[in-house]
Amino acid sequence: MTTYKIAVINAGTSDPSSTRLLADRTAERVTALVEDHGHQASSTRIELRELAADISAALVTTLVTEKLGQAVTALGEADAIIAATPVYKAGPSGLFTSFLDVLDNDLLIAKPVVLAATAGTARHALVTDDQLRPMFAYLRTMTVPTSLFAATEDWGDPALNKRIERAALELALLMESDFARKIKDQSWPSYQHEYGSAAAVEADGSPIAIDLDTDLMRLATGGSAK
Amino acid sequence: MQFGIFSVSDITRDPVSRETPTEAERIDAVVKIAQKAEETGFDVFAIGEHHNPPFFSSSPTTLLAYIAGSTTNLILTTATTLITTNDPVRIAEEYAMLQHLSKGRMDLMLGRGNTAPVYPWFGQDIRQGLPLALESYNLLHRLWREDVVDWEGKFRTPLQGFTSIPRPLDDVPPFVWHGSIRTPEIAEQAAYYGDGFFANNIFWPKEHYIRLIRFYRQRFEHYGHGTAKQAIVGLGGQAYVAKKSQDAKREFRPYFDQAPVYGHGPSMEDFMDLTPLSVGSPQEVIDKTLTFREHFGDYQRQLFLIDHAGLPLATVLRQLDLLGEEVIPVLRKEIAARQDPQTPAAPTHASLVTAKYGDSAPRQPRPNANRGDNVTGGSPYEDSAAQASYPRL
Repeated sequence: MTTYKIAVINAGTSDPSSTRLLADRTAERVTALVEDHGHQASSTRIELRELAADISAALVTTLVTEKLGQAVTALGEADAIIAATPVYKAGPSGLFTSFLDVLDNDLLIAKPVVLAATAGTARHALVTDDQLRPMFAYLRTMTVPTSLFAATEDWGDPALNKRIERAALELALLMESDFARKIKDQSWPSYQHEYGSAAAVEADGSPIAIDLDTDLMRLATGGSAK
Repeated sequence: MQFGIFSVSDITRDPVSRETPTEAERIDAVVKIAQKAEETGFDVFAIGEHHNPPFFSSSPTTLLAYIAGSTTNLILTTATTLITTNDPVRIAEEYAMLQHLSKGRMDLMLGRGNTAPVYPWFGQDIRQGLPLALESYNLLHRLWREDVVDWEGKFRTPLQGFTSIPRPLDDVPPFVWHGSIRTPEIAEQAAYYGDGFFANNIFWPKEHYIRLIRFYRQRFEHYGHGTAKQAIVGLGGQAYVAKKSQDAKREFRPYFDQAPVYGHGPSMEDFMDLTPLSVGSPQEVIDKTLTFREHFGDYQRQLFLIDHAGLPLATVLRQLDLLGEEVIPVLRKEIAARQDPQTPAAPTHASLVTAKYGDSAPRQPRPNANRGDNVTGGSPYEDSAAQASYPRL
């Protein structure tokens, strides 16, 4: 039996928030499915509203506050992610994209992700697939095939639950395959990394050793790049 | 332990008086600041290098040579000299000249520079910045140690039979610090050559630097230059001091809040908690600075940033008085009492001469008469054991 860690990012700002409701329902379903499969799951909620000032400080300086650091650590340790944002101005909330902006590029490599968005009208239904999916592709995540979108009217439609169920199973199965961990174990050097990235930690939390066997490291000890 | 100040050379509007100094005023001011640093007991003055407004320091060796001419003990250095967009041949020539004129009262710190357009302005590509920096330093290192260099690299035109003149003072190359805050390859290069490593220690929380400095120390030992504790480490930092803590905070806050680099972001208090910035009474600055050696190990050089963000000259001079009277002497005493006895002092020209020659007289290169080329082997200097061999007809 394995205990999986799920990180739930919520960029909804009202209380109660339909964005949070969508993320929570998905997390509950993933947890139930994981238990059906004989495992356990624990979720960590990352409420971006509470991190708004920390995110803006990190954007304009290089300062990562302790609170923001905890959220980054939770994402780095997560086996799967549920990322939910409201749609503003026909796109994901700026708070949500700003949070992604301050993450290290290699933090989420190969992690399974459910993309979720809420909006006041069904006209924004493609925001998840048109706008969120490319961002998470840039971050080299494994977005599940079903993305979740809920406009106001969807909250009265049982079809939403079916989609949540479908996305939750996709996430659970990808997570249980240990794909992200295997990629990190077997292929870490083949991705680009920056020194100091929060992703550069082993499973036990110790830092990944600095790679000495590179062309640049050899160039550091004399000679030319030719 | 050396204490000094480093200036970015920014010309920033004073947010209190709303006056922006002219370039002429700011250049005069920085000369006065350096001279005052010597008067108030500092060991080192460092200047940055930039190639765009609102900075003035495009030509650091000219400034430092002038300051050397009007001081007697101060060590002049850079923070940093761009090893990417400067031709390493020009660095070798200009800094050897500065070394002669200052009678060895200089060293230099190399950095890559992070102003993107400077690279294309000087014909380089920022995406190649790291290999460019590494290769350029490999060449610079040879230019100061070999009378005649043949070189072929990726980034500059090849050299055949090139002699960088003047040869370093006493044929002892200037000591080099490698400034870096996020590049293990630079730490590796500093360690490989037994050079110094400098972390600017300004913007990031200390954890960011701790690991890189530890890596440099390990690699310094690996390459046989001494133990990890004997590696040569320098740190930046920034301080604003007043007799009373609350006065320091009140006086510095408008400058902090509108500082070009970190202004309009976190509060000054948050920044003080999370970074090495200290704003307060002499005792508060002393206490914070004393924590640096606990985090990074005993080190050789501490530089403070004190003249940025529009702080007016009179304020900076007062800062130097206060730091010189009430902070630096206490730090010297406290650090001497606490530091590991095997901690070496920062290398100086005198110590490097002794290390190379012992009690013997240093080499003083005298060139041979111009023979038109250096290509046919041997050294163009009289004392060289190597003889040029010319083809017989």
